[in-house]
Amino acid sequence: MTEIGLGHYLTLGAVIFSIGIIGIFLNRKNIIVILMSIELILLAVNINLVAFSIFLGDLAGQVFTLFILTVAAAEAAIGLAIIVVYYRNSGTIRVEEIDKLKG
Amino acid sequence: MIAHGVIFYLFAIITVFAATMVIFSRNPVHSVLFLILAFFNSAGLFILIGAEFLAIILVVVYVGAVAVLFLFVVMMLNVAQQKNQWFASEASSGHIPVGLIISVIIFFELIIVIGGWKYKPDLFDINNSVNNFSISNTHSLGQVLYTDYIHVFQLSGMILLVAMIGAIVLTFRKRTGVKTQSYLKQISRERAEGVEVLEVENNKGVKIDD
Repeated sequence: MTEIGLGHYLTLGAVIFSIGIIGIFLNRKNIIVILMSIELILLAVNINLVAFSIFLGDLAGQVFTLFILTVAAAEAAIGLAIIVVYYRNSGTIRVEEIDKLKG
Repeated sequence: MIAHGVIFYLFAIITVFAATMVIFSRNPVHSVLFLILAFFNSAGLFILIGAEFLAIILVVVYVGAVAVLFLFVVMMLNVAQQKNQWFASEASSGHIPVGLIISVIIFFELIIVIGGWKYKPDLFDINNSVNNFSISNTHSLGQVLYTDYIHVFQLSGMILLVAMIGAIVLTFRKRTGVKTQSYLKQISRERAEGVEVLEVENNKGVKIDD
Protein backbone atom coordinates (compact mmCIF):
# COMPACT_ATOMS: atom_id res chain seq x y z
CA MET A 1 0.00 0.00 0.00
CA THR A 2 2.88 2.32 0.68
CA GLU A 3 4.43 1.52 -2.67
CA ILE A 4 2.97 4.14 -4.95
CA GLY A 5 2.58 2.66 -8.39
CA LEU A 6 0.86 3.32 -11.66
CA GLY A 7 -2.51 2.24 -10.30
CA HIS A 8 -2.55 4.97 -7.68
CA TYR A 9 -2.07 7.69 -10.24
CA LEU A 10 -4.63 6.16 -12.59
CA THR A 11 -7.15 5.96 -9.76
CA LEU A 12 -6.55 9.61 -8.92
CA GLY A 13 -7.09 10.46 -12.57
CA ALA A 14 -10.33 8.48 -12.62
CA VAL A 15 -11.59 10.26 -9.51
CA ILE A 16 -10.86 13.72 -10.92
CA PHE A 17 -12.37 12.74 -14.26
CA SER A 18 -15.58 11.62 -12.56
CA ILE A 19 -15.72 14.81 -10.51
CA GLY A 20 -15.45 16.80 -13.73
CA ILE A 21 -18.30 14.87 -15.32
CA ILE A 22 -20.45 15.37 -12.21
CA GLY A 23 -19.72 19.07 -12.47
CA ILE A 24 -20.82 19.23 -16.08
CA PHE A 25 -24.10 17.46 -15.35
CA LEU A 26 -25.03 19.00 -12.05
CA ASN A 27 -24.27 22.62 -12.67
CA ARG A 28 -27.33 24.65 -13.48
CA LYS A 29 -26.17 28.08 -12.51
CA ASN A 30 -23.07 29.22 -14.20
CA ILE A 31 -21.58 28.17 -17.49
CA ILE A 32 -18.08 29.25 -16.39
CA VAL A 33 -18.09 26.42 -13.85
CA ILE A 34 -18.79 24.02 -16.72
CA LEU A 35 -15.65 25.32 -18.44
CA MET A 36 -13.78 24.72 -15.19
CA SER A 37 -15.10 21.16 -15.12
CA ILE A 38 -13.70 20.65 -18.60
CA GLU A 39 -10.35 21.90 -17.32
CA LEU A 40 -10.57 19.35 -14.50
CA ILE A 41 -11.22 16.57 -17.00
CA LEU A 42 -8.21 17.64 -19.04
CA LEU A 43 -6.16 17.70 -15.85
CA ALA A 44 -7.19 14.10 -15.13
CA VAL A 45 -6.13 13.09 -18.63
CA ASN A 46 -2.80 14.83 -18.09
CA ILE A 47 -2.23 12.96 -14.83
CA ASN A 48 -2.92 9.68 -16.61
CA LEU A 49 -0.57 10.49 -19.48
CA VAL A 50 2.26 11.60 -17.21
CA ALA A 51 1.87 8.51 -15.01
CA PHE A 52 2.01 6.21 -18.01
CA SER A 53 4.95 8.14 -19.41
CA ILE A 54 6.97 7.79 -16.23
CA PHE A 55 6.08 4.22 -15.34
CA LEU A 56 6.39 2.82 -18.85
CA GLY A 57 9.52 4.78 -19.63
CA ASP A 58 8.47 6.62 -22.74
CA LEU A 59 8.67 10.37 -23.12
CA ALA A 60 5.85 10.59 -25.66
CA GLY A 61 3.28 10.85 -22.88
CA GLN A 62 4.85 13.99 -21.49
CA VAL A 63 5.06 15.53 -24.96
CA PHE A 64 1.38 14.79 -25.46
CA THR A 65 0.62 16.38 -22.09
CA LEU A 66 2.38 19.49 -23.31
CA PHE A 67 0.16 19.63 -26.39
CA ILE A 68 -2.96 19.00 -24.31
CA LEU A 69 -1.97 21.95 -22.14
CA THR A 70 -1.63 24.10 -25.25
CA VAL A 71 -5.00 23.10 -26.65
CA ALA A 72 -6.64 23.53 -23.23
CA ALA A 73 -5.30 27.06 -22.96
CA ALA A 74 -6.61 27.90 -26.44
CA GLU A 75 -9.96 26.32 -25.64
CA ALA A 76 -10.28 28.28 -22.40
CA ALA A 77 -9.50 31.54 -24.20
CA ILE A 78 -12.04 30.93 -26.97
CA GLY A 79 -14.70 29.64 -24.56
CA LEU A 80 -14.37 32.60 -22.25
CA ALA A 81 -14.51 34.98 -25.22
CA ILE A 82 -17.73 33.34 -26.38
CA ILE A 83 -19.16 33.62 -22.87
CA VAL A 84 -18.25 37.30 -22.68
CA VAL A 85 -19.94 37.98 -26.04
CA TYR A 86 -23.01 36.01 -24.99
CA TYR A 87 -23.24 37.87 -21.71
CA ARG A 88 -22.96 41.17 -23.55
CA ASN A 89 -25.78 40.22 -25.89
CA SER A 90 -28.22 38.52 -23.55
CA GLY A 91 -27.27 39.67 -20.05
CA THR A 92 -27.16 36.22 -18.48
CA ILE A 93 -24.95 33.15 -18.43
CA ARG A 94 -27.22 30.98 -16.33
CA VAL A 95 -27.24 27.58 -17.94
CA GLU A 96 -30.98 27.06 -17.81
CA GLU A 97 -31.69 30.41 -19.44
CA ILE A 98 -29.46 29.72 -22.41
CA ASP A 99 -32.17 28.14 -24.51
CA LYS A 100 -32.20 30.18 -27.67
CA LEU A 101 -31.78 27.10 -29.82
CA LYS A 102 -34.62 25.29 -28.00
CA GLY A 103 -32.53 22.16 -27.65
CA MET B 1 9.27 5.00 0.31
CA ILE B 2 7.03 5.77 3.27
CA ALA B 3 7.57 9.48 2.76
CA HIS B 4 6.78 9.06 -0.92
CA GLY B 5 3.43 7.44 -0.11
CA VAL B 6 2.57 10.02 2.51
CA ILE B 7 3.33 12.90 0.16
CA PHE B 8 1.39 11.26 -2.64
CA TYR B 9 -1.69 10.80 -0.49
CA LEU B 10 -1.41 14.36 0.84
CA PHE B 11 -1.31 15.87 -2.65
CA ALA B 12 -3.95 13.49 -3.99
CA ILE B 13 -6.41 14.16 -1.17
CA ILE B 14 -5.99 17.91 -1.47
CA THR B 15 -6.42 17.68 -5.25
CA VAL B 16 -9.63 15.66 -4.97
CA PHE B 17 -10.95 17.98 -2.27
CA ALA B 18 -10.18 21.04 -4.38
CA ALA B 19 -11.79 19.48 -7.46
CA THR B 20 -14.91 18.71 -5.45
CA MET B 21 -15.04 22.24 -4.15
CA VAL B 22 -14.70 23.59 -7.70
CA ILE B 23 -17.93 21.78 -8.51
CA PHE B 24 -19.88 22.40 -5.32
CA SER B 25 -18.81 25.91 -4.42
CA ARG B 26 -21.58 28.47 -4.66
CA ASN B 27 -19.41 31.42 -5.46
CA PRO B 28 -17.66 31.22 -8.86
CA VAL B 29 -14.68 33.15 -7.49
CA HIS B 30 -14.18 30.42 -4.89
CA SER B 31 -14.46 27.86 -7.69
CA VAL B 32 -11.62 29.51 -9.58
CA LEU B 33 -9.48 29.66 -6.44
CA PHE B 34 -10.08 25.98 -5.73
CA LEU B 35 -9.20 25.24 -9.36
CA ILE B 36 -5.88 26.98 -8.75
CA LEU B 37 -5.39 24.84 -5.63
CA ALA B 38 -6.09 21.68 -7.63
CA PHE B 39 -3.55 22.69 -10.27
CA PHE B 40 -0.91 23.47 -7.67
CA ASN B 41 -1.32 20.07 -6.04
CA SER B 42 -1.25 18.33 -9.40
CA ALA B 43 2.01 20.13 -10.08
CA GLY B 44 3.25 18.73 -6.79
CA LEU B 45 2.26 15.26 -7.92
CA PHE B 46 4.10 15.77 -11.20
CA ILE B 47 7.25 16.78 -9.33
CA LEU B 48 6.82 13.74 -7.09
CA ILE B 49 6.60 11.42 -10.06
CA GLY B 50 9.57 13.03 -11.79
CA ALA B 51 8.09 15.27 -14.48
CA GLU B 52 9.45 18.59 -13.29
CA PHE B 53 9.09 20.47 -16.55
CA LEU B 54 5.40 19.69 -16.83
CA ALA B 55 4.90 20.71 -13.22
CA ILE B 56 6.41 24.11 -13.91
CA ILE B 57 4.43 24.43 -17.14
CA LEU B 58 1.26 23.53 -15.25
CA VAL B 59 1.88 26.29 -12.74
CA VAL B 60 2.95 28.85 -15.33
CA VAL B 61 0.29 28.18 -17.95
CA TYR B 62 -2.67 27.15 -15.84
CA VAL B 63 -2.26 29.14 -12.67
CA GLY B 64 -0.55 32.06 -14.33
CA ALA B 65 -2.67 32.40 -17.43
CA VAL B 66 -5.81 30.29 -17.62
CA ALA B 67 -6.98 30.57 -14.02
CA VAL B 68 -6.33 34.30 -13.98
CA LEU B 69 -8.29 34.55 -17.22
CA PHE B 70 -11.15 32.70 -15.54
CA LEU B 71 -10.91 35.05 -12.58
CA PHE B 72 -11.01 38.10 -14.87
CA VAL B 73 -14.09 36.83 -16.68
CA VAL B 74 -15.89 35.82 -13.49
CA MET B 75 -15.34 39.24 -12.00
CA MET B 76 -16.05 41.10 -15.24
CA LEU B 77 -19.38 39.38 -15.82
CA ASN B 78 -20.53 40.24 -12.31
CA VAL B 79 -21.90 36.79 -11.67
CA ALA B 80 -20.33 36.55 -8.25
CA GLN B 81 -23.42 38.14 -6.79
CA GLN B 82 -25.66 35.44 -8.20
CA LYS B 83 -24.94 33.03 -5.40
CA ASN B 84 -28.49 32.02 -4.81
CA GLN B 85 -29.65 28.45 -4.54
CA TRP B 86 -27.43 25.80 -6.00
CA PHE B 87 -29.97 23.71 -7.84
CA ALA B 88 -31.57 26.58 -9.63
CA SER B 89 -35.10 25.29 -9.99
CA GLU B 90 -36.76 22.08 -9.01
CA ALA B 91 -38.48 21.74 -12.34
CA SER B 92 -35.28 21.47 -14.33
CA SER B 93 -33.42 19.19 -11.92
CA GLY B 94 -34.51 15.96 -13.57
CA HIS B 95 -31.11 15.23 -15.04
CA ILE B 96 -29.23 15.48 -11.75
CA PRO B 97 -29.68 11.76 -10.91
CA VAL B 98 -28.88 10.96 -14.53
CA GLY B 99 -25.62 12.86 -14.26
CA LEU B 100 -24.75 11.16 -10.98
CA ILE B 101 -25.48 7.73 -12.44
CA ILE B 102 -23.44 8.39 -15.57
CA SER B 103 -20.43 9.68 -13.66
CA VAL B 104 -20.54 6.81 -11.16
CA ILE B 105 -20.74 4.32 -14.03
CA ILE B 106 -17.78 5.94 -15.78
CA PHE B 107 -15.81 5.95 -12.52
CA PHE B 108 -16.36 2.26 -11.89
CA GLU B 109 -15.57 1.39 -15.49
CA LEU B 110 -12.26 3.21 -15.16
CA ILE B 111 -11.56 1.43 -11.88
CA ILE B 112 -12.34 -1.93 -13.49
CA VAL B 113 -10.00 -1.13 -16.36
CA ILE B 114 -7.23 -0.11 -13.98
CA GLY B 115 -7.71 -3.00 -11.57
CA GLY B 116 -8.14 -5.72 -14.14
CA TRP B 117 -5.15 -4.80 -16.21
CA LYS B 118 -2.09 -7.00 -15.98
CA TYR B 119 1.11 -5.51 -17.27
CA LYS B 120 3.51 -7.52 -19.30
CA PRO B 121 6.70 -7.66 -17.26
CA ASP B 122 8.87 -6.55 -20.16
CA LEU B 123 6.66 -3.48 -20.70
CA PHE B 124 8.41 -1.45 -18.08
CA ASP B 125 11.83 -1.14 -19.62
CA ILE B 126 11.37 -1.08 -23.34
CA ASN B 127 13.19 2.15 -23.91
CA ASN B 128 14.11 3.79 -20.69
CA SER B 129 14.35 7.31 -22.02
CA VAL B 130 12.62 8.76 -18.96
CA ASN B 131 14.69 7.20 -16.25
CA ASN B 132 17.94 8.34 -17.73
CA PHE B 133 19.25 10.29 -14.77
CA SER B 134 22.30 11.72 -16.48
CA ILE B 135 20.24 14.47 -18.12
CA SER B 136 17.35 16.36 -16.60
CA ASN B 137 13.70 15.93 -17.45
CA THR B 138 13.59 19.25 -19.29
CA HIS B 139 16.66 18.35 -21.29
CA SER B 140 15.34 15.00 -22.43
CA LEU B 141 11.91 16.48 -23.19
CA GLY B 142 13.53 19.14 -25.33
CA GLN B 143 15.55 16.54 -27.20
CA VAL B 144 12.34 14.78 -28.16
CA LEU B 145 10.12 17.80 -28.64
CA TYR B 146 12.25 19.68 -31.12
CA THR B 147 13.20 16.68 -33.22
CA ASP B 148 10.56 13.98 -33.38
CA TYR B 149 7.58 16.18 -32.63
CA ILE B 150 8.63 19.37 -34.39
CA HIS B 151 5.65 19.45 -36.73
CA VAL B 152 3.16 18.94 -33.93
CA PHE B 153 4.99 21.61 -31.98
CA GLN B 154 4.63 24.10 -34.83
CA LEU B 155 0.99 23.12 -35.18
CA SER B 156 0.34 23.85 -31.51
CA GLY B 157 1.85 27.28 -32.06
CA MET B 158 -0.59 27.81 -34.92
CA ILE B 159 -3.45 26.73 -32.65
CA LEU B 160 -2.42 29.32 -30.09
CA LEU B 161 -2.25 32.00 -32.80
CA VAL B 162 -5.71 31.10 -34.08
CA ALA B 163 -7.09 31.12 -30.54
CA MET B 164 -5.58 34.53 -29.86
CA ILE B 165 -6.95 36.06 -33.05
CA GLY B 166 -10.31 34.38 -32.48
CA ALA B 167 -10.63 35.69 -28.95
CA ILE B 168 -9.74 39.20 -30.07
CA VAL B 169 -12.19 39.12 -32.98
CA LEU B 170 -14.97 37.71 -30.81
CA THR B 171 -14.71 40.26 -28.06
CA PHE B 172 -13.87 43.29 -30.19
CA ARG B 173 -16.69 45.77 -30.56
CA LYS B 174 -17.10 49.18 -32.05
CA ARG B 175 -18.99 51.36 -29.63
CA THR B 176 -21.62 53.60 -31.15
CA GLY B 177 -22.31 57.05 -29.79
CA VAL B 178 -18.80 57.65 -28.55
CA LYS B 179 -17.20 60.86 -29.73
CA THR B 180 -13.74 60.04 -30.93
CA GLN B 181 -11.34 61.98 -33.09
CA SER B 182 -10.73 60.70 -36.57
CA TYR B 183 -7.37 61.98 -37.65
CA LEU B 184 -7.91 60.90 -41.23
CA LYS B 185 -11.09 62.93 -41.43
CA GLN B 186 -9.46 65.92 -39.80
CA ILE B 187 -6.42 65.95 -42.01
CA SER B 188 -8.21 65.27 -45.25
CA ARG B 189 -10.59 68.20 -44.87
CA GLU B 190 -10.58 70.63 -47.72
CA ARG B 191 -11.05 74.34 -47.41
CA ALA B 192 -14.06 74.31 -49.65
CA GLU B 193 -16.14 72.09 -47.37
CA GLY B 194 -15.23 73.91 -44.17
CA VAL B 195 -15.31 77.60 -45.01
CA GLU B 196 -17.95 79.57 -46.79
CA VAL B 197 -17.71 83.24 -47.62
CA LEU B 198 -21.01 85.03 -47.30
CA GLU B 199 -22.12 88.48 -48.15
CA VAL B 200 -23.74 89.69 -44.96
CA GLU B 201 -26.36 92.34 -45.32
CA ASN B 202 -26.48 95.18 -42.92
CA ASN B 203 -28.50 94.60 -39.72
CA LYS B 204 -29.39 91.06 -40.67
CA GLY B 205 -26.95 88.49 -39.29
CA VAL B 206 -26.22 85.06 -40.68
CA LYS B 207 -28.22 81.92 -40.08
CA ILE B 208 -25.69 79.17 -39.56
CA ASP B 209 -27.69 75.97 -39.24
CA ASP B 210 -29.86 75.61 -42.25
